[in-house]
Amino acid sequence: MTFDVVGKPLQRVDAVTKVTGRAIYADDMLPARTLHCRILRSPHPHARIVSIDTSAARRLPGVLAIITGADLPIKFGILPVTQDERALEHEKVRYVGDPIAAIAATEEEIAAAACDAISVEYEILDPVMSIEEALEAPKDERIQDYGGPHNIHKLVALEFGDVEGGFARADHVREDIFFFQGNTHLPMEQHSAIATYVDGRVTLWSSTQVVHYVHRALSKVLELPMNRIRVIGAAHGGGFGGKTDPFAHEIIVSKLAMLTGRPVKCTLTREEVFYAHRGRHPVLMWVRTGVTREGLITAMHFRTALDGGAYGSYGVASTFYTGALQTVTYDIPAYRFEGCRVFTNKPPCGPKRGHGTPQPRFALELHLEKISHDLGIDPVDLKRRNFVKPMTRTVNWLRVTSCGLDECTEKVMSASGYARRSRRPGHGMGFAISSYLSGAGTAIYWNDMPHSEVQVKVDRGGVTAYCGAMDIGQGSDSVLATIVAEELGLQPADVRLVTADTDTTPIDLGSYSSRVTFMAGNAAIEAARKMRALLVEAVAAKQGCEVSAIRVGGGRIGDASFEQASELAETRFGGLTTTGSYTPPKIAGPFKGSGVGPSPAYSYSACVVDLDADARTGLVQVNKIWIAHDVGRAINPLLVQGQVEGSVYMGLGEALMEEQAFRKGLHKWPSMLDYKSPTFLDMPEVETFIVETVDPEGPYGAKEAGQGPLLPVPPAVCAAIYDALGVWIDEVPATPEKIVEALRRKTKGEPARFGPARFPTVPYPPTIKVEPPPKNLDHASASSI
Amino acid sequence: MKQEMLRDVERVVLTLDVNGERTELLVPVHKTLLEVLREDMGLTGTKHGCELGECGTCTVLVDGKPELSCLLLPIQLEHRAITTVEGLASGSELHPLQQAFAELGAAQCGYCTPGILLSAKSLLETNARPSRDEIREALAGNLCRCTGYTKILEAIELAAGRMA
Repeated sequence: MTFDVVGKPLQRVDAVTKVTGRAIYADDMLPARTLHCRILRSPHPHARIVSIDTSAARRLPGVLAIITGADLPIKFGILPVTQDERALEHEKVRYVGDPIAAIAATEEEIAAAACDAISVEYEILDPVMSIEEALEAPKDERIQDYGGPHNIHKLVALEFGDVEGGFARADHVREDIFFFQGNTHLPMEQHSAIATYVDGRVTLWSSTQVVHYVHRALSKVLELPMNRIRVIGAAHGGGFGGKTDPFAHEIIVSKLAMLTGRPVKCTLTREEVFYAHRGRHPVLMWVRTGVTREGLITAMHFRTALDGGAYGSYGVASTFYTGALQTVTYDIPAYRFEGCRVFTNKPPCGPKRGHGTPQPRFALELHLEKISHDLGIDPVDLKRRNFVKPMTRTVNWLRVTSCGLDECTEKVMSASGYARRSRRPGHGMGFAISSYLSGAGTAIYWNDMPHSEVQVKVDRGGVTAYCGAMDIGQGSDSVLATIVAEELGLQPADVRLVTADTDTTPIDLGSYSSRVTFMAGNAAIEAARKMRALLVEAVAAKQGCEVSAIRVGGGRIGDASFEQASELAETRFGGLTTTGSYTPPKIAGPFKGSGVGPSPAYSYSACVVDLDADARTGLVQVNKIWIAHDVGRAINPLLVQGQVEGSVYMGLGEALMEEQAFRKGLHKWPSMLDYKSPTFLDMPEVETFIVETVDPEGPYGAKEAGQGPLLPVPPAVCAAIYDALGVWIDEVPATPEKIVEALRRKTKGEPARFGPARFPTVPYPPTIKVEPPPKNLDHASASSI
Repeated sequence: MKQEMLRDVERVVLTLDVNGERTELLVPVHKTLLEVLREDMGLTGTKHGCELGECGTCTVLVDGKPELSCLLLPIQLEHRAITTVEGLASGSELHPLQQAFAELGAAQCGYCTPGILLSAKSLLETNARPSRDEIREALAGNLCRCTGYTKILEAIELAAGRMA
C-alpha cells in the first residue's frame, strides 16, 4: 500500500493556531455579562453536614445566585453501576475538597467573599485514609452506602485455566509484593467550563475529554432532554485522563446559567485541580508465579488492592484493569486474578494514562526480573521466551492480533547496548515491556451503537469532516484530516474540521482508552471512501470510462481537478454527504467482567533505561531512555513520536518523583511547586523507534500511540537501580530516601529491598472459574482479514 | 449596595506598552498583569497554570526579559515594553521560533507554548546559539506535561540555526 499523506511527518493542522496564541481554551472565553462562579468545598475529609446557612452570602452585593445540594439532588457518575456523585453535597462530605455550595457573582472576588460568608455546621466523622483501615470495620460509619463489607467498593475473583495444576508443574515458584503510589495528571490547564442558557437550551463549553458523557450527565442531573443541551469541547490544555469524568463544576455552571439567564464560568484553581483528581490509583499488589527451569511461566496468581478515594468514578473498570492485561504480553497458561477497590476519604481516583495497568505492569516486570535472577537466566531472555504470539487468544479470552514485541525488544536492545553494558559503580540499565489497548472494546454504558461516527461533506470544492472526537493535544484532529485527505487525494490542510460539538457533529465517545485514531480513524476511512466513490463515479461518467480507470491523488480525480469533480458529483447526485462509523468486534469472553480488557488491537512497547545512582545520597540521574513502540502504522510519525516521548516523560515522573499523598486527611502538596514533576533539567535524551506491524483491523493498520509507552518506564527504572546498586525498590516513586534505606538494610544484612512488607487480608469472594477459549476461536475471522 | 462595593476597589489609570502598542486602561490596582492582559485587553494568548508563580505558563517579556505575569502588577510596568505571544509574529509571518515549534510538533495541547516561546525568545536574544544544556537551564521554570520537552529543545535549536 502506498500513501500520499499517511505516514508523512506533517505539521499538525492546529499548529499555527497554537503557536500564535489564537486557540481559544474554555477560560479564554468571556462573553458580555459573564458571571463568575466559585465553589465552597469541604475542609474536612469525612463529615455529616448538619446545616448550611447561605443567608449572609446572599446579602452580598454582586451575588446573583447561590446553589447547594438541594438544588442538584440527582446523582451521577461516569459508570452506570456507580452513580454516587452529586454536583454539590448537602448530606455528607467524603474528602477535603468535596463541593458543597456554588455562587454566581459579577466579580470573582465577590464570589470568593460569598464562599467565605457561607456557614456550614459539620458533624465530624472518623476519616479512613488507607487500604488497611478501609478493610476494617469503620469507627463511625462507612464512606459510601454500597459495595462490599466495611469500606470495600468492589471485589473480583476470576480464574482461567488450571492454576493449581500449573503451580504443581512449576520447577520454581516465587512471590513478591509491590506498591505503586498514586499520582495525578497535572494538566497545564486547570479545568474550566462556561455555560449559557438561551431559549430554553443549555450550551456548555468545557475543557473535557468526553463531550458525550458530559452531555449525558447534564441531561440526567438537570432533567433536560439531550436535545436541549449542547456540549462543545473548547481547545484543550491537557487531560491525560483527568478530564474524562463528568465534573461537578460543569453541572454547576449549567444550573447557574439556567437560574440567572447569564453566561456563568468556573475555572478551577490549581489547588482545586488536585481535588478534582481522578488520577492514578495507589495499588498494593501481590504476585505469585510458577516457572519451569527454562523460565517458561506455568501459572500466575495476581492480587491487587486499590485505594479508590471517596467515589466510584471509573473504579470498577480500574479494578478489572489491574488484572486484565498481564496475559497480553506473556503467554500465561493458567491465571488467577483477585482484585479489590476500597473507598477512602481522599479525592476519587480514576483513569490516568494507562488506566489501571501501569501499576500491575510495574509489579509484573520486576517480579519476572527477580525470577530470572533466581534461575540465573538473563531477564531479557526470560521475558522473550514468554512473549505472546500474534493472532492468538490469551487464557482470559483477550484477542491478540498484531504483536511487535520481538521487534520492539530487538530495537532497544541493539541501540542501547544493554547486553554489553559497562559495570562501573553506580551505573545500571534496566529493561521492561508493556502493552495497551487501542480503545476499549465495550462502551461505558451498555449499547450496541457505533463508538465513533464521521460525516464528510463536499460542496463547491470544499471538504469538511465532522466528528465528535475531542483533540486533547494528542492530534486527533490532524489524524482525521490526514485520513480524509488521503482518501480524497488532498492535503490535510485542505480539509476543514468540525469536532467535539454535540449539536453539529456525530458521536464519538471521547478521548480515553487510546481509542480515537483507531475508531474515529476507521469511521473516517469509511465516510471518505464513500465520498471518493461518488466523486469517481461522476468523473468516470463525464470521461466515459470505467470507475476503475479513475486515479485519485495530487488534488485530482481522473482528469478533473478536485473542484471540478465536486461540481460534477454535486450536479449528478445533489448534496454530497457521506457517513462512516465504527463498532468494535464482539470479542469479549463469556464471563462476568469480561467487558474490561478486550480491545480491537493492542500496542506493544519495549524500553531500556540507563542511569547512574549515587549510593550515598540515593539520587538517580537518568542518562538516556530507548523506547520502541509498535503502533501498527504511524499515520503521522511526528505526532506518534510526540506521544511516545510524552509518555516516557510522564512514566519517568511517576517512577522517580510524582505522588499524590495525604497527611491527616489533607493533600500533602496541592501545588505545582510542591508536587514534583520533571522539568527540562530532569528529562534525559529519549531515542524513539516506531515499529509498524500493520494491524489487520486498525485504520491503515494503525494502533494506539499515546499511553502504552508510559508503562515500561517505571519498572525499567527500578530494574536499572537494581543493576546499579543491588537493591530492589519495589514501590514507586523510587525516591532517594527509599534507595538509601534499601542500601542501609543491605549493609545490615537484611533483605536488600524497599517495599511493602505484607499484603493485607482481603475478603475476596469465591473464585469464578472460567474455561480458557477454544484453540481455533478466531481462526475463521483471522483468515478473512 | 453594588456601587458602594465597587467604590471600595481602588482603580488606577495607566498606560501600558504591549506589543509596541500603547493602551490607556482603567483597572483595579490589585489586578495582576496576567488578569489585565486577558480580561481587560483581550490578549488571551497568555495562559495561566497556577497563578502562584510555579509553572511558567504565564511568562511574558518585560523589556525583553521573561517575567511571570501572574506575579506582576501593571502599575509597576508603565513605560516598560511588554511582549506577549500575540506580539511574536510580524504581520502574518511567524517568528522563526513559532515556525519551528509548528514544524516539529513542539506544541501538543499548546497551553504552555506561549510562555515557552517567550522564554526561548529571550534566551536567543542573549545567546544566539545556546547549547542544549543552556536551553534546559533557561527553560527550567516552564513546565510542559505533553511533550517530554524533547521536541521543544529540537525546535529551539532549529530556530536558532535559522536565525543565526
